[in-house]
Amino acid sequence: MANVTLRNVRKAYPNGFEAIKGVDVDVADGQFCVLVGPSGCGKSTLLRMVAGLETISSGEIDIGGRVVNQVEPADRDIAMVFQNYALYPHMSVYNNMAYGLRNRGMPKPEIETRVQEAARILELGTMLDRKPGQLSGGQRQRVAMGRAIVRQPKVFLFDEPLSNLDAKLRIAMRVEIRKLQRRLNTTSIYVTHDQLEAMTLADILVVMNGGKVEQVGNPLAIYEKPATTFVASFIGAPPMNLMSTRADEIKSQLGSADAGILGIRPEDFVITDQTPAGGVALALTVEAIERVGAETFVYGTRAQDEQRIAANPGELPPGEVIVRIPGSEAPPIGQKIRVAAVRQKLHLFSDDGRTRIEA
Amino acid sequence: MVEHRRFGNLLPHLVLLAGVAVVAFPVYLAIIASTHDNTVIANGQMPLYPGSHALETYWNTIVSGAGRTTREPVGSMLMASFIMAVGIAVGKIAISILSAYAIVFFNFPFRMATFWTIFVTLMLPVEVRIFPTYKITSDLHMLDSYSGLILPLIASATATLLFRQFFMTIPKELVEASKMDGAGPIRFFFDTLLPLSVTNIAALFVILFIYGWNQYLWPLLITTRDDMQTIVIGIKKIIDVKDALTEWSVAMATAVLAMLPPVAIVVLLQRLFVKGLIETEK
Repeated sequence: MANVTLRNVRKAYPNGFEAIKGVDVDVADGQFCVLVGPSGCGKSTLLRMVAGLETISSGEIDIGGRVVNQVEPADRDIAMVFQNYALYPHMSVYNNMAYGLRNRGMPKPEIETRVQEAARILELGTMLDRKPGQLSGGQRQRVAMGRAIVRQPKVFLFDEPLSNLDAKLRIAMRVEIRKLQRRLNTTSIYVTHDQLEAMTLADILVVMNGGKVEQVGNPLAIYEKPATTFVASFIGAPPMNLMSTRADEIKSQLGSADAGILGIRPEDFVITDQTPAGGVALALTVEAIERVGAETFVYGTRAQDEQRIAANPGELPPGEVIVRIPGSEAPPIGQKIRVAAVRQKLHLFSDDGRTRIEA
Repeated sequence: MVEHRRFGNLLPHLVLLAGVAVVAFPVYLAIIASTHDNTVIANGQMPLYPGSHALETYWNTIVSGAGRTTREPVGSMLMASFIMAVGIAVGKIAISILSAYAIVFFNFPFRMATFWTIFVTLMLPVEVRIFPTYKITSDLHMLDSYSGLILPLIASATATLLFRQFFMTIPKELVEASKMDGAGPIRFFFDTLLPLSVTNIAALFVILFIYGWNQYLWPLLITTRDDMQTIVIGIKKIIDVKDALTEWSVAMATAVLAMLPPVAIVVLLQRLFVKGLIETEK
């Protein structure tokens, strides 16, 4: 049981590349913290620094009130689940879980109790004698979790643990991890590039980009009030529509001109001929539709050519707008439609996309 | 590829059989010769069927030695060869696995330089460096000893290279997981790396055992005592006699006996050997 605090943590490699550019994060005891961001944003590096597998160039990492910058991984009282599980291929499931305990000189009966308990929780009871090679991906994943659980550490670290599983299993394991974490009430830090995993797992979500923290907070709060255009387009699928407020169509409706970028989530649009007071209406030509059952995604282009705005990962091509409508509807391709969003659902950002402007 | 021509495989098989015959015939001849009385072969009538003196010849060869040459029985030569071959194989594996471990898993100054230095010794087999090596061995008073036979031959670039390639396929996360599990470098080596290397070790053992067993030049130089003779040298001495008939039956029996241990090693470790050479997935 411990809180984890990162204070102005930096990581610079000998070749001068700065992977982590000063990160401050505070994870309270028992919280589930998710680091999310595109590949190369430094989230895994940050996790590995907490684990002690990467050195810390400057700043402090504090686990349970103890600065661990110079502490060996084994002595930090943490356990890690790796992306490729990193099970010992020559050891049985039992020994995989027991190995870390034996190395710490724990008495045999105690090891036995702990491994049996973990096996019971993870439903691995019948597989204790098997080798990792004889297990399915999901089972290996459980063993990797078991290896972390038996240690009863202060902190769990997860490095994209579900990315090697197929979609269905991923969702099942995601729920299990969440339940397990709640039950053990152990502080956890979880790295993923999957925003859905991030949203569903996190008590506290850390969105990273280019070695920096873009936004920290409750996942829903981040979803509702993204601090930058990067966060706006990264969190949420399909991504938020971003458009320049300089375009005539929008400028005339919006009035005030401090902001440079307007963001509207696909689900906040409705197809209507009316323009809500203070809201924004757009004329679109339907280019493509995706019907996924419960909902339909309409891909439209705006009548006038859009002025390009800063390109972020996952962002739409300029001029394209995604609208989410109920699954029962599907406008034909080529049709001209009008969509509108109310004032409260508009997100306004400065020209560089770095600052959110509250209307 | 589905091809079912009834006689399509005939020609390739005939060629292969001819090849087998060419390779196997001398071996067959050696076995046959070792079962006949010495005079039969000395008369120049080499039969192609087994004779009746097999037990006698092998008894003489193993226990009492060839009559008119050296009195050293082959039994002790086999022992000497065996100790040397096992010593070389085990020594080479122990040294090379440790050096590969250092090169792959540790960061130290001049790591690559060290690796290339080891690599370059591939160009310096014992025949090339025989003079300085002999001098050193002699200065260390290791002539006529097993350590003299074994130690100068146990550094191995090939084995180091093989282990290095294998170690590089081991996922980095496995090392990290061990670190988290509180296993230091020595524990990681014995608990994880060594068990994973078993097939590689077996494959190398086969190759290196045969390499050691077949050594000729080095044992010839370094041993003078009869009881330190290896069997490969023994064969030569039995054939090379002055003022007497070569005891061909004994010589052939010795040759057959010299073949057996390497064959046994290959047969015993065959499965591991093949696995060690072809296995890539870990």
